[in-house]
Parts: sequence; structure tokens; C-alpha cells
Amino acid sequence: MRAVITVVGKDMIGILARVSTLCAENGVNIAEVSQTVLQDMFCMIMLVDTAKCKISLSEFTDLMNDEGAEHGLAIHVMREDIFDSMHKI
Amino acid sequence: MINTRDILETIHMIEDENLDIRTITMGISLLDCCCGDITASCRKIHDKIMRLACRLVDTGNEISKEFGVPIINKRIAVTPVAMLLAASGGDPVRYARELESISNELGIDFAGGYSALVQKGFACGDEALIRSIPEALSQTAHVCSSVNIGSTKTGINMDAVALMGQTIRATAEASAADNCIGAAKLVVFCNAPEDNPFMAGAFHGAGEPDCVINVGVSGPGVVRNALSKIPGGDLTDVADTVKKTAFKITRVGQLVALEASKRLGVPFGIVDLSLAPTPAVGDSVAHILEEMGLETCGAHGTTAALALLNDAVKKGGTMASSHVGGLSGAFIPVTEDAGMVRAAACGCLKIEKLEAMTAVCSVGLDMIVIPGDTPPEVISAVIADEAAIGMINHKTTAVRLIPAIGKKIGEHLDFGGLLGGGPVMALNTASPAAFIARGGRIPAPIQSLRN
Repeated sequence: MRAVITVVGKDMIGILARVSTLCAENGVNIAEVSQTVLQDMFCMIMLVDTAKCKISLSEFTDLMNDEGAEHGLAIHVMREDIFDSMHKI
Repeated sequence: MINTRDILETIHMIEDENLDIRTITMGISLLDCCCGDITASCRKIHDKIMRLACRLVDTGNEISKEFGVPIINKRIAVTPVAMLLAASGGDPVRYARELESISNELGIDFAGGYSALVQKGFACGDEALIRSIPEALSQTAHVCSSVNIGSTKTGINMDAVALMGQTIRATAEASAADNCIGAAKLVVFCNAPEDNPFMAGAFHGAGEPDCVINVGVSGPGVVRNALSKIPGGDLTDVADTVKKTAFKITRVGQLVALEASKRLGVPFGIVDLSLAPTPAVGDSVAHILEEMGLETCGAHGTTAALALLNDAVKKGGTMASSHVGGLSGAFIPVTEDAGMVRAAACGCLKIEKLEAMTAVCSVGLDMIVIPGDTPPEVISAVIADEAAIGMINHKTTAVRLIPAIGKKIGEHLDFGGLLGGGPVMALNTASPAAFIARGGRIPAPIQSLRN
């Protein structure tokens, strides 16, 4: 199963490192990353594979949300299917 | 990889524009729970619903988290209780209490199906159930009730219409201490759909499978925001934009419905592709109509704008789901829609305009607060008018009026939560008493002869 992680917020040192560390610790493999910094706003989108995730996707989502809340970032973890459904016929 | 813009658009819809799944509704047939003894019947109902729906709330929450889209309500809809009552006899309110206790046990938001289908006449159990509605709805919090009093195929049962006028009033009186909320859980239908996931009118029709998952979507805020990006577009552009947006909203509904069906091991029934407003700012159907260019909802032009919206929602949504059903279209519940409440409070939106709007939208006169001293026959006459629109036009129409006991025109009644609140609206006070007292049936219209 694949999921999309989006991180939006004020740019700061180590955002990418924090998110990817959490992925690595939980067995989530990062397949693709794209990121842009517009003025001060950091926007990163990661496509990840959660097949070998050690915890449930719900728990992983909670971890990411907590990480985001701690650093003033909006982090969303959503299954890839929702984007495919909405934007592809 | 998926387009970045698409990803951010989806997140924006959910975070800022109130895109949500309004409800996952599990329809459950109780026909195999019918028993000659009401105590045994209630026990069988409890066992069956607990067996089938025990994972409903948890599954809804899990899906909500994994897909990142809110699922606001988890509900059940059951076989019209009047059918069970026909076999068991006894006090119908016991069924309401059983459904209430099951709702509390399961943690679901509503249980629909305290219903009777009397479009052609009263069968055994029907009248007793209808007469018990005031007590049942004032003693329970989660149970919803509906009565189908007419259809295109059968005409209108005016005896039932007369009875429902009294029942709505009595239900409001029985819950007067609680803002007359009983009446907000009671709806009177013409052409009631058997697979509707929305309350208060959800019930599990006799032609449905044993158990089924139906999903209702929402998202007026998303449509309004999409329209705000084309201020100069003509009405063809408006219709196209609504279609594309409805497609995206409905696809989320279809995805959630399939996932819920898979996890619960229950067949997928339908997606109801309705635009259902909430009292939240920015989640209003009235605001969509205003975005199209009306100063206020209720202005001349409102019916045309709503017709366009309703049609475009269906066109976009149909393509997005393999099975569409329920009510499907734009809802116009006054108290649940911030824009409608404002338009009604300023006098721009009146009952006559709402009646015209119901000819082109998906349901009917919904969540309208009326004066507490409205006589039952006036309520019956409103039901008859609305049913006539549905009967002649082959569409579902419904009436959910809340007589605000002790309140007068212009005063406010508040329910809170999804039901919102709104001003007491004026009705025409000329008496239809003699017309309603005639009783009998309005014959099925010529439109019914299609074979």
C-alpha cells in the first residue's frame, strides 16, 4: 500500500531529516520526494510504501501529526488511492 | 507521481472547504427478526444488529484516518418497524427503545427506520406505529422516523396526510422542553427511496439485500469555492465547473464506500451524491446560489440557479460512482444551512419560494421552523402540497417541519450540532381544514400509467 505524506509550513533546518527519520524508524520506504520553498513556505510531498510499516497506518499518521504539531508544520499522511480516485478517470 | 497541484487541491478541499463524507449508513434487514412476541423480536433485533454493525464505528474511524478525510456520522437504517409490529403487536415504543439502546452500545450517531409505508393505506401495525411517534421520538435521542404517504404510482393517502399533521405537532409538543427536537427527527415522504443514507428519512427497504453499505457525501463549500474562481464565466461554465467538482467529491464517496464494504464484509449499495450543507460557515448550498450571482438566496432566479446546480451535481456524480441512489442532488434544509438561515431571517426567503425550490432540488421542505400555534390541518396541507409536487414530477419530496411550541414568527429556535437553528417562518394562515377533513386518497396521476 502506498501513501502520500505532505508537509507544509515555515521553512526550517532539518524538516526533511525529521520526516525521513520517522519513516525509516517505522519501516516506511520513501519512493519519491518533491519539495519546493516558496518565499518562506516549505512544501514537501513524499510518496511512500507502507507495505513493511511496523505499525498501523493510523498510528503512523498520529506520529507524523504529533511531529508536525511540535514544529508548527501541517503534516498529512493519506493513502494514495484518494488522490488517484479524485484526479484520474 | 501524482501531480503536486492535485495533491494540494485535495488537502485544501478537506482542510479549508469542509469536504467530508457525511455518513456511512449500514442498511440492515430485520425481516428475519419478525416474531409473534415483541420481547423475542427485540432480542433478535439486538443480536442481529450487534452482529453486523459491531465494527461499523471503528471501521469508519480507521478509514477516515487512513484516507485523511473526515467521516462525520456512522448510522444504521433498518426495515420499517411497522412491518415488525404487524407480526409482533405490542407497544411500538419498545422497538424505539431497543434501537436507542443499540445505538448507545454501538456508539453510532443515528438509527433510522422507525417508519411506515402507507402511500395507499394503513396495513396492520402502520397506524399504531404512527400514533406512537411522538412518544418514541421524545424518549430517544438517536432514533429517526419517516412515513411515506404518497407516490407517483399510488397517489396520495390523504388520511395519512391528516394524521401526520397531528403527529408532527404532537411530536413537537412532546419534546417542547428540548427545543421541539423530536420533530427534527421525523420526515414525511412522497416517493421515499429505499436506500437513502441520510436522516431523518433513512430506512432499509423491503427490496434491499440483507445488509448493505450506503454512503452519503457532502461538500457545498468545495463547489462554492470552485465557482468563486470563475466570476466572469457564463452559466455553461458554471454547470461544467459544478460537474467536475461533483465528480471529485463523489469519487471520494465511492472510494470510502468500497473500502467500508470490503472491511465489513458487507455488499456496497449506493453512493448518495448529495450536496448536504452544515451550519458551519462556508458549507452552505445557499452560498453556492449566491456565488452564481444572486444577491440573496430566495431572490427571483433562485429556482433556476438551484435547478442548474442540482442537475450538474447529478451529471458529475453519476460518472464517478458505479451505483448512485438515495436522494442524490442538492439539499435545502433551512436550519442546517447558514446562508438559508440568513436569507430567511431577513425575509428574503419565504416558504412559497422554498416550495418552488423543492420542485427542482433533491428533497423538499426540510428543517423549517414554523409558529408553535400552527393548527395540524395547516401542517397537513403543507404536506399535501409537497407530496403533490413529488407525485406529479416523479421525484422524492419530503416535509420536515418543526412547530416551535410557544414561539412566534421571527423568534429563533436552536438545536445545535448538525441540525443548526433558525428563525420561525410564517405560513399562510387561511384554513385548509375542510379540504384536509375530506380524507380519502388523491388518485394516482396519469403519469403513473407508464406500462
